[in-house]
Amino acid sequence: MSTPTPLTRRSALAVAAGAVSGSLLWPGSGRAQAQKPAELKVGITTFLSGPASVFGVPAKQTAEMLFDEINQAGGIGGVPVRALFVDEAPGTDHLVGEFRRLVQNEGVQVMFASISSGSCLACTPLSDELRKTTILWDCGTQRIFEEGRHPFAFRTQGYATPEVLAPLLYLLKTKPDFRTLAVINQDYAWGRDSWEIWKTAMDALKPGVRVVAELFPRLGAPDFSTEITRLLAARPDVIFSTFWGGDLVTLVRQAAERRLFERSTFVLPVAEASMQILGRTMPAGHIIGTRGDHWNNHPRPKDPARLARFVENYRRRFNEYPIYPCHHMYQAISAMQAAYAKAIAAKGGGWPNDQELAAAFRGLEFPTPTSTITLREDGQGLEDQIVGVSTFTERFPFAVPKDMIVFPAAMVSTPVGQKSVDWLKTLKPDLLAQVPAPIAG
Amino acid sequence: MAGWLEQNTLLLGLALLDGLAYAALVFMVAVGLNLVFGVLRIINIAHGSLFAIGAYTAASLGLFFAARGLPPWAGYVALVLAAALVGGILGPVIEAGLLRRIYGHEQVLQLLVTFALFMILEDAQKLIWGVQPVSSDAPLRLLGTVDVPFGEDVVPFTAYQLFVLPGVALATLAGLAWFLRRTLTGRVIVAVTTDREAATAMGIDARRVFLLTFTFGAGLAALGGALASPTTTLVPGIGAATIVLSFAVVATAGLGQIEGAAISALLIGIGRSAAVYLAPEFEVVVPYLIMVAVLLVRPQGLFGVVETRRV
Amino acid sequence: MRRGTEATLALLAAAGLLAAAWAAPWLKFVLTIALAKGIAVLGILLLLRAGQVSFGHALFLASGAYAVAFLAPAAPEALLLLPAAALLAGLLGLVVGLFVVRYRDIFFGMLNLAISMVLYSLLEKLYELTRGTDGIRVEPPRVAGFALTLETYVWAMLVLALVLAVGFGAFVRAYLGSPMGQALAGIKTRETRLEFMGVSARRVLLAAYVLSAVMGGVAGAIVGMTTRHVTPLLAYWTSSGELVFIAILGGAGGALGPFLGAAAYELVRVYAAASFADAWQAILGTVLLLVILFAPGGLWGVISGLLGRRAGRAA
Repeated sequence: MSTPTPLTRRSALAVAAGAVSGSLLWPGSGRAQAQKPAELKVGITTFLSGPASVFGVPAKQTAEMLFDEINQAGGIGGVPVRALFVDEAPGTDHLVGEFRRLVQNEGVQVMFASISSGSCLACTPLSDELRKTTILWDCGTQRIFEEGRHPFAFRTQGYATPEVLAPLLYLLKTKPDFRTLAVINQDYAWGRDSWEIWKTAMDALKPGVRVVAELFPRLGAPDFSTEITRLLAARPDVIFSTFWGGDLVTLVRQAAERRLFERSTFVLPVAEASMQILGRTMPAGHIIGTRGDHWNNHPRPKDPARLARFVENYRRRFNEYPIYPCHHMYQAISAMQAAYAKAIAAKGGGWPNDQELAAAFRGLEFPTPTSTITLREDGQGLEDQIVGVSTFTERFPFAVPKDMIVFPAAMVSTPVGQKSVDWLKTLKPDLLAQVPAPIAG
Repeated sequence: MAGWLEQNTLLLGLALLDGLAYAALVFMVAVGLNLVFGVLRIINIAHGSLFAIGAYTAASLGLFFAARGLPPWAGYVALVLAAALVGGILGPVIEAGLLRRIYGHEQVLQLLVTFALFMILEDAQKLIWGVQPVSSDAPLRLLGTVDVPFGEDVVPFTAYQLFVLPGVALATLAGLAWFLRRTLTGRVIVAVTTDREAATAMGIDARRVFLLTFTFGAGLAALGGALASPTTTLVPGIGAATIVLSFAVVATAGLGQIEGAAISALLIGIGRSAAVYLAPEFEVVVPYLIMVAVLLVRPQGLFGVVETRRV
Repeated sequence: MRRGTEATLALLAAAGLLAAAWAAPWLKFVLTIALAKGIAVLGILLLLRAGQVSFGHALFLASGAYAVAFLAPAAPEALLLLPAAALLAGLLGLVVGLFVVRYRDIFFGMLNLAISMVLYSLLEKLYELTRGTDGIRVEPPRVAGFALTLETYVWAMLVLALVLAVGFGAFVRAYLGSPMGQALAGIKTRETRLEFMGVSARRVLLAAYVLSAVMGGVAGAIVGMTTRHVTPLLAYWTSSGELVFIAILGGAGGALGPFLGAAAYELVRVYAAASFADAWQAILGTVLLLVILFAPGGLWGVISGLLGRRAGRAA
C-alpha cells in the first residue's frame, strides 16, 4: 500500500548533470509560498525497517489512510495532501540528509519527525535552521523542550514525564503497600530516562522503597531468561518496565511461562501496543499504560463516533486494531488540519507562509477521537493519560485495562520552563489526594 | 557475610543454567557458519538471515499447524520441517546461483557478496512476514516448567530451556562428529577442509562437496533459528544481531573447528550470563572480550591450526 | 592511467560537485557526507592494497565523530576539532593496530569487527557519558575563527571536506607509489619474501593501519560537524560493511574510486529510499551484487577502462 515518492525530474537532472549550469534546475528555496500550492506535501520520518518498524509501519498506514480520507473530503483548505515517507533506521546522517532534501528540494510544507528520540533531537535543530514547521509526532524525550527553545517545533502528544508519572501514581493509589521494587528497562535513552523519572518521583512520593535489581539488557536482545531468573530469585513486590515492541512481547512471554507474574506486580507503561500480539498470554491484574489516553475501550471518549469510525476503518483496511503510534499519527494530522484552518482564517482565506503556520500552532487546541489536546507556549502538547489494570472482556481478543484512572495532563506534566527531574523532586505525597478515582468496570 | 557468599554461589548456579541454554543456541548458529567456512573459505554474512528465515518459517508453520488443530507436539515437527525447507531450498539456490560464480575472486569480494545477500534477504524477510512481532510457543508450553531449588525458594525454568536446547545442541555436535569421521561424504568434507588442493587433485568433486556443505550449513542456521523461535519473539533485525555474535564464537573457536565452536559457545554463553549477575554493564561486551583475549594468546583460535605461510 | 588524466578527472569531478551543490542546496549535505566517507574509504583502500579487509573501520569514523562531540563545547573551532579527531583516531589506531597487524585475512577482518563492536556497545552502554542511543548534539563550531550563519556553514563544511578529500587523495596516491606502498602490495602477494628482504611486514601494515585510522577520524569529524548529531549507530558493524561496500563499488584501483563510490552510494540510497522506502536495503544489495559480478573493478575500473580504450584508439 506504499505510495512511492519519486524524486522530481528537476532533482534527477540536478544530480545527473550537476556540472551543467544550475540556475534552471532550482526553483528557489520555497520561501515564496504565500500562494496556494497545487499540493500540500508532508514529510514523515518513521521506522520502516528494523525492530522499531513495529511502530513505524502502523503509523505510516494510518497516515496513508487519513490522507486518503482528507483528500476525498476536498483536502486541507482545498489543497490535496501528499505524504513523503523517510525511514529512520539507516541512522542520523541519512535522516538529516533526507530532512533537508524534503524541505529544500521537494518543497515540503510540514515535517512530521520521528519515533526515536535520537531522531527528534537531530531534527528539531533543523526545524530552527530551515524555519520549517515540524510536528514531533511520537518521540517522548523530555529533553527537547526542556533544554532549548524551538519556535517551529511542536509535540502533539504527551512525553516521557507524564507517561511514567501517571503509572506511578496509579500504583501508589491502588497498591500503596509495596516495599521492594525491581526495574528491567531496555538499555538506551528511553529505558534510562524513564527509570530516572520513576525513581525520582517515587523517592519524593514514597521514600524508603528498596530497589532490589536494576537490569538494563540490550535493546533488541533475543532472550531475557537470565534477567528473569534474577527477578524470580529477588522476588520484588513490583517490577517496573518500560519495554516496548518485540522486546516486551519476549519479556512477557518468558516471564509468564516461568510464573514471574504470580510473584510480582508488573507496571508496564508502554504495554498497549503489544497486547494484540500477546493475546491471552498477557496475564490479568497488572498495571498497563498506552502513552496517552487512546485505549480502544476508552471509558468516555469525547467523540465516541469518531473513535469508533477510526478504529473500524483501520481494522477493515489493515486487519488489525490501531495501536498507540496510529493514534499519535492521528493526533499529528488532526493538529495540522486545525492549524491550517486557524492560519487560513487568520489570513482571511489566504494561504499561510511558514511563519504564519507556525504561529497558528502556538496555543492550538485540536480534537482527537478521545479528547482535546492543547499545545502549550513551549510547543509541548497536553495529553491526558489513562492507566488501568489488565483484564479480558468479551469485546477484545486481547488484554485491555479496567479500573481506569484518567490523569489530567496538567497534573502529570512538568510546568513550562522547569526541568522534569527538578520538578519531580518537589512532588509531595499529598499529590495522591488529587488523583481522580478509578472508573469502575 | 557467609550468607552473602552462599546466596551468590546459588545465584551463579542459576546463571550457569541460563548460560547453558544460551550457549546451545549460539552453538547451533556458529557451527553451521564454521562448517561452511572450513570448506568454502567464505565467511557467510547472510548466515544470520538464514537463521532469521528459519525462525520465521518455523513460527509460521507452527501457527499453521495449530490453526489446523494439530496436537501441540506438531510444533516440534514444524521446527525440523522449517530447517529442512530453508536449508534444502535456499542453500542450493544461494550456492549454485551465486557463490559458485565467485570462488576464484578475492576474499573481500566474497565477503561482500554475502553482505549484499544479507541486505537483500533482510528486506525480503520483511516483505514476507511484515514488521509486527511473530511468535509461536507451542513447543515451549507443551513441556511446561521445572522448579529448580534455590535456598528455601524455588525458581521455575522452562523444560525446553533446560533440556531441549542443550539436548539438541549436544545431539548436533555428536551427529556432526560422527558424520565427519565415519561416513565417506563426511571424510571428503574433512579432506577438503584440511587441504583443498590435495583433495581436488585426488579426484574429489569439489562442486558437489561445496553444494552439500553449504546446504548443510544453511540448514543448521535455520535449525538454530527454528529452535530459538519458541523462546523469543521474531522482529526485523534479529539476523543482524545474531551474526556478529556467531562471528565471535567462530573466531574464538578457530576457523573450521566443530568441537571448538562448542567450547567457545559455552565460554561465551556462560560468560554472558555470569556478567548479567556480576557486572551487567559488560554483558554485551563479554563475547568480544573473550574473543580478543583468546586471540591474544592463541592467534589461530582455541582449536585453529596454524596455516603455512606462502613463500 | 597517466597522472595528468587522473588529475584532470579529479579537477572536473570537484568542479562538477560544486556546481551540483550550488544547483540543488540539499545536495550540499549529501555530498559532504559522501566526501567524508570517501576519505574513510581511502584508508580502507590502503589496507586492501595489502589484501586485508577491515570489517570494523567504522570504529575510527565513530571515534572521530565522538571526539568532535565531546570537544566541541570546549574548543568550538572546526580547524582545531579536525586535527584533534585525527590525532585521537590515530592513537586509537596505533593501539588497536599493534594488536591486529599480527593477524591476516579473515582473522584481521573479524578482529576489527569485534573491536568496533566493543566500542559500539560502550557508546550505547555508558549512558551517563554518551547519552546512549539518543546521541550527542554538536553545536556548529566556528570555522577559522568566524562564526558563520548556518547557510555559509554548510558551504564551509562542503569546501573543507573537498579540500581534505583532494589532499588525502593525492597523499594516498603518492603513498601507494612509494616504497612503503610497494611493500604493502608485497604483503598481499609474497609476505614471506618481503621479510627475507629485511622488511618488517607488521611495521608496514601498522603504518598503513594508523594512516587509515587517521583518515577514518577525519571523516568522522566531518560527519559529526555536518550532521551535528552523533549516535552509536556510526560504529555498528553494518556501518563498517558500508565502507567496504563503497570501496568495492568505487573500485580499489585508484584514489578517485572511493569518492566515486561514496557519491554513488549516497545517491543510490537517497533515490532508492525515495522511490521504495520499504526496500532500499535490497536495492543497495542488488547494486552491489551486480557490480561484483559484472564490474569487479568498480566504477573507477569501468571509467578507466573506457578512457583507456579511447586513448588506445587515438594512439
